[in-house]
Amino acid sequence: MIKFNNVTHFYNTGQNHKITSLSGINMEIQEGDFVAIIGANGSGKSTLAKHINGFLLPGSGDVYVDGFNTKDIESIWNIRKKVGMVFQNPDNQLIATTVEDDIAFGLENIGIEEEEMKRRVDWALNIAELNVLRTSEPHLLSGGQKQRVVIAGALAMHTTYLVLDEPTSMLDPKGRKNILEIIKTLNEEKGITIIYITQFMSEAAQFKKIFVMDKGKIVLTGSPKSVFSQADLLMNLGLEVPQITQLARKLAENGLEIPSNIITEEEMVEYLCLYI
Amino acid sequence: MMFFRSITIGQYIYRNSIIHRLDPRVKIFVVILIITSVFLINSWIGFFLIGLYLFTNIYLSKVHPKYVLKGIRPLIFIIAFTLLIHFFTTPGEVIYHIWILNITREGIQRGLFIAVRLFYLILSTSWLTLTTSPIALTDGIERILSFLKIIRIPAHEIAMMMTIALRFIPTLMEETEKIIKAQMARGADFESGNIVKRIQNFLPIIIPLFVSAFHRADELSIAMEARCYRGGEGRTHYRQLLITKVDYIFMIVTLLILILSYL
Ligand SMILES: Nc1ncnc2c1ncn2[C@@H]1O[C@H](COP(=O)(O)OP(=O)(O)OP(=O)(O)O)[C@@H](O)[C@H]1O
Ligand SMILES: [Mg+2]
Repeated sequence: MIKFNNVTHFYNTGQNHKITSLSGINMEIQEGDFVAIIGANGSGKSTLAKHINGFLLPGSGDVYVDGFNTKDIESIWNIRKKVGMVFQNPDNQLIATTVEDDIAFGLENIGIEEEEMKRRVDWALNIAELNVLRTSEPHLLSGGQKQRVVIAGALAMHTTYLVLDEPTSMLDPKGRKNILEIIKTLNEEKGITIIYITQFMSEAAQFKKIFVMDKGKIVLTGSPKSVFSQADLLMNLGLEVPQITQLARKLAENGLEIPSNIITEEEMVEYLCLYI
Repeated sequence: MMFFRSITIGQYIYRNSIIHRLDPRVKIFVVILIITSVFLINSWIGFFLIGLYLFTNIYLSKVHPKYVLKGIRPLIFIIAFTLLIHFFTTPGEVIYHIWILNITREGIQRGLFIAVRLFYLILSTSWLTLTTSPIALTDGIERILSFLKIIRIPAHEIAMMMTIALRFIPTLMEETEKIIKAQMARGADFESGNIVKRIQNFLPIIIPLFVSAFHRADELSIAMEARCYRGGEGRTHYRQLLITKVDYIFMIVTLLILILSYL
């Protein structure tokens, strides 16, 4: 379980100048959860993500990962083994000169033995559908393939939690879809907890639970349906509801009998089929 | 205008050969041995033996000699220049006289020796980089240097720097190309004007490149730390290096030939 206990964080920007990036965050994420975090630019999403693996420490309050406090220097490497991170720019996360070497990078760092390392790299390559690219050089891969390598690197570590900070924002629609599919499979079949930060509402709609952030606070939590039914509140926070929800509202306004909390295209198709 | 996409890093050429399968440490060590002995040897028969040995190695590696010779082409001028300098500046028995310059017998001998030495130096290092992948080379250097840890040579850090350089050179080149194109689209001109002007014209390329490189470095270090990187201590290696019987035989043959050519 990941637990944020009244977490506040400041960035020091020069003398006596602070930016409050998180204020009074209370949050619990259970093992096996499939959650999205949304919020406008600068609302503190990335700052929150970097608290989960102890890269940033709370100014006040505590963050616990499976009972380990991130402030505890002894347990920081334990926490980083449990929490895999995927960042936005795929180019700046790959370290080694081939795909397989990069996946092994984390394993080398934690001193895994040779045999076990080979096994885990094979396993991760398989899950991330990277077998044919095994010996490729990173700079020859597409953005989506690079992100899959990063994900495979985290999987090889046998992480419990995978935190992804806008992993698809630099990808094309195809790569975006592919990453989301892989994330879903990881959650459903391997039971890996997914914490997914995104600016795409259509992506967020596919998660089980959404946290909405604004100015360093979590202002709304709930299922996609309940969150996206509050279109006015989201609008005030500089967010939109998914396009499909907007469409449903428009249709409802114009007299069509259609619930306004539709969040996926499948649902929309189902309702529209009733009219044929 | 220059476009970099065609540049590959290192000049490694994959072949399925005995030489390619040798342990990189052995190859690096052998090249160091050859280079040292080439500068110690002082007889034509010795040079002949080493030449024979080097070309046998190239033959065994199944890499076409044209690749090896390609590495020499840019240095022909330097070799010719040193050759001439030695012809004219070595004192001794004069055998030819032009204007105020004397060519001596000793000068010819010395010049040729130096030329052959440079030639072999390039030949052996090209042989190494053509037959050893950059990864294997980095691993080899790391393991060799790790023997020197006692005298505080930061073996792991050097290897990590090499790896990251190898990884990012293509990325940065691509980026340079993009910046050049973008600046050209805005009317930048990189080809006319005097030298000062031209250097000034390159600033709009260099500065964005630096800014982005620092940004990348920052993000990369975060990603590395997130993946439990904390220096070389307690680290294991994905790629195991193994010295086999073939490596030993190769080593012994090399040593024998070097000793023979020195006698
Ligand atoms: N390294 C830093 N130094 C100073 N201030 C920072 C730093 N990083 C973020 N901030 C500030 O902290 C606040 C939260 O930033 P954060 O990056 O967490 O937001 P975000 O929700 O991830 O935004 P985005 O959608 O743009 O990624 C912002 O006001 C930002 O300007
Ligand atoms: Mg962010």
